[in-house]
Amino acid sequence: MQQLSERHHHYWRKNLRITSILLVIWFVVTYGVGYFARDLNFNFFGWPFSFWVAAQGALIVYCLIIWYYARYMNKLDQEHGVAEEE
Amino acid sequence: MAGLSFEHGTGSSAAANRAFKQQLNKVYGWYTGGFIAFVVILAVLEQMGLPRNWIGFIFLLATVALYAGIGIMSRTTDAAEYYVAGRRVPAIYNGMATGADWMSAASFIGMAGGLYLSGYGGLAFIMGWTGGYCLVAFLLAPYLRKFGQFTIPDFLGARYEGNLPRFIGIVAAILCSFTYVVAQIYGVGLITTRLSGLAFEIGIFVGLGGILVCSFLGGMRAVTWTQVAQYIILIIAYMIPVVWLSVKQTSIPIPQAIYGAQLEKVTALEKKLIDDPKEKEVRDAFKALADGFDAKLKDVPAALAADKAAAEKKVADLKAANAPVAEVQAAEKALAAVPANEADARKAWTAATAPNAARTAPLAGMPRHAQQYAGDPNGDEKAKKTFDESRRNFLALVFCLMIGTAALPHILMRYYTTPSVREARESVTWSLFFIFLLYFTAPALAVLVKFEMFSFVVGTPFDKLPEWISAWNRVDPTLLSVTDVNKDGILQLGEMRIGGDIIVLATPAIGGLPYVISGMVAAGGLAAALSTADGLLLTIANALSHDLYYKMIDPNAPTARRVTISKVLLLVVALAAAAVAAQKPADILFLVSAAFSFAAAAFFPALVLGIFWKRANKWGASLGMIAGLGTTFYYMATTQPWMRSVFGVTSPIADNIWWGIQPISAGLFGVPVGFAVIIIVSLLTPAPKRETQELVEHVRYPDLKLAKA
Repeated sequence: MQQLSERHHHYWRKNLRITSILLVIWFVVTYGVGYFARDLNFNFFGWPFSFWVAAQGALIVYCLIIWYYARYMNKLDQEHGVAEEE
Repeated sequence: MAGLSFEHGTGSSAAANRAFKQQLNKVYGWYTGGFIAFVVILAVLEQMGLPRNWIGFIFLLATVALYAGIGIMSRTTDAAEYYVAGRRVPAIYNGMATGADWMSAASFIGMAGGLYLSGYGGLAFIMGWTGGYCLVAFLLAPYLRKFGQFTIPDFLGARYEGNLPRFIGIVAAILCSFTYVVAQIYGVGLITTRLSGLAFEIGIFVGLGGILVCSFLGGMRAVTWTQVAQYIILIIAYMIPVVWLSVKQTSIPIPQAIYGAQLEKVTALEKKLIDDPKEKEVRDAFKALADGFDAKLKDVPAALAADKAAAEKKVADLKAANAPVAEVQAAEKALAAVPANEADARKAWTAATAPNAARTAPLAGMPRHAQQYAGDPNGDEKAKKTFDESRRNFLALVFCLMIGTAALPHILMRYYTTPSVREARESVTWSLFFIFLLYFTAPALAVLVKFEMFSFVVGTPFDKLPEWISAWNRVDPTLLSVTDVNKDGILQLGEMRIGGDIIVLATPAIGGLPYVISGMVAAGGLAAALSTADGLLLTIANALSHDLYYKMIDPNAPTARRVTISKVLLLVVALAAAAVAAQKPADILFLVSAAFSFAAAAFFPALVLGIFWKRANKWGASLGMIAGLGTTFYYMATTQPWMRSVFGVTSPIADNIWWGIQPISAGLFGVPVGFAVIIIVSLLTPAPKRETQELVEHVRYPDLKLAKA
């Protein structure tokens, strides 16, 4: 039976943690703002705020969290010695 | 384009990959410059008097020939090249290819039009079709890349120990890809017809030629490099008209940043139009028409007799008065058009009521653009219910589109083609970035076109209408028609009926751009449809040849035979899809949305649990996929009018609807059922073998070096 080291478990726990945090952000931006769209109706540079979020804001957040995840995980690979050899 | 070559270096070392990427940068840099030069030359020729249909033909032939050329240059029979492009596609190029693969005719042509017609409600597609990539990035892409086989059923077969889950995966992959590819080929036919004036059926087969040369000869390798080329064309074609409109209206060339101001103006104009007495006249006229049909339907025999008598009397009167021949003929025609019997009359009048009733609503039936959801949470009971259902359906649709995005096999398959897990992660970022460019422009396009319509087109005298209105009316009156209902000689908003599918294609004309830009936009739409069709056909052919034939029927088949079989199947599937598309199936938009719900319910739970829960086993996954797919299918079959007619369901729709959710979002029920069944059944049956659990660990770490204990 192959044995995972403590370091491996640590890597996986950190991966699950960052994945959950980013998914919470994803959820709030999409469904949180979506659910309260009528109430978040204040003027935001001309757009009603919730309209702007659905048309642009959410998309920008999606791009950013995916970019951050790739960066974070690539660094995590290095730190835990599981990065692929170039 | 001398020096265009997609030969890879033999080594997979970092240096070879870098050199390859530099070569790609050079090739696509020249390519983009060449495309722009091509458009400029055509624009000059147009000024010198080149006829319009020539421009259309040149665009059609040049782009299809280009895609075919790349296909021929990338031809291959090597399995790794054919199925996963040799796994050497750099992250940024895989991102572009995924972008083109992803953005179909619906995204390019339909989406901005949908936003124009439904305002905030249409934003469900914008969020759903981008937010799904978060799930791809966090939950699937890096792990599938580490697994490193060829197809999605491959993963299901290996992870869930056997051919049953693989087989269900094959069936589900074909089900959702085939419905989707039919819609793409339909789009190809539509655009080819517009560009060239060929008959629809011939248009389909011309476009099909372009698709086939590419994927047939070079598989994933050719498709990847063609899709990059197609992405460049489609994004340029989408941006230019919007930027132009933005400069025209606000003199700022960044539409995405400034359309908030235009949205405020549109909202003000909407208020004015709702209160406008002339618009009210038009609505009343439609109401009278609808009421007239309603009254007739109350007593069909009497109304029919009255209609017939009136028409006969008119003919007799005109003849007696020696009226001009044309008038008599018109009256005779009207008499012939009176329904022959009661059943026909009932059918015709019922059909005529709804369209007229729909046009009695303000703003030609469009909701106010910036208003979130219908109804009113603070209003009476009915308004509250409308609001709740509208919001629930919006969120449900976003959910299904997102999960479906993260489960469509032709997209997930793309992440097998990157050189490493690291690049797979970065590649999702690039994919979403390239998709984002188009998706955050579409809402701007919708608002700018609406402003143009409300402030310049509405209120124009009928004899001074812009030329594009009659041009599109000639192409297809169901897409655009205007009638002076209240006979004041001026166009009211309520007097125009416009289909969502022409908004993007007509934008250059609406903005007063030269015809060459219209041709370019149509070529962009063609690129979007072709690239998606390529990816889908490849998915279907691979599911059959690799998963069904090689993995299940003849595991000893030599590589060359597998690739040949895949090519033959590709041809068969493409012809079958074209044959279905040529029938012009009624509910094409529904079929596309259905594909998302099917993919979501069938694949998402099994894939995610397969990676994140070691305990998930063969029986759980197999039954979970069947249950998820079955639930989704059942809900659609009992609530969607076209599916109901196919399956002969007669019980009232209201009895079958759950919580007011529209059939388009059926995956909302299928996905949780899938998850629940996998978990429950897995816990009731033995845990997977040790090797399988080790496979799960293997995919979780990009490079797992273990000390064997």
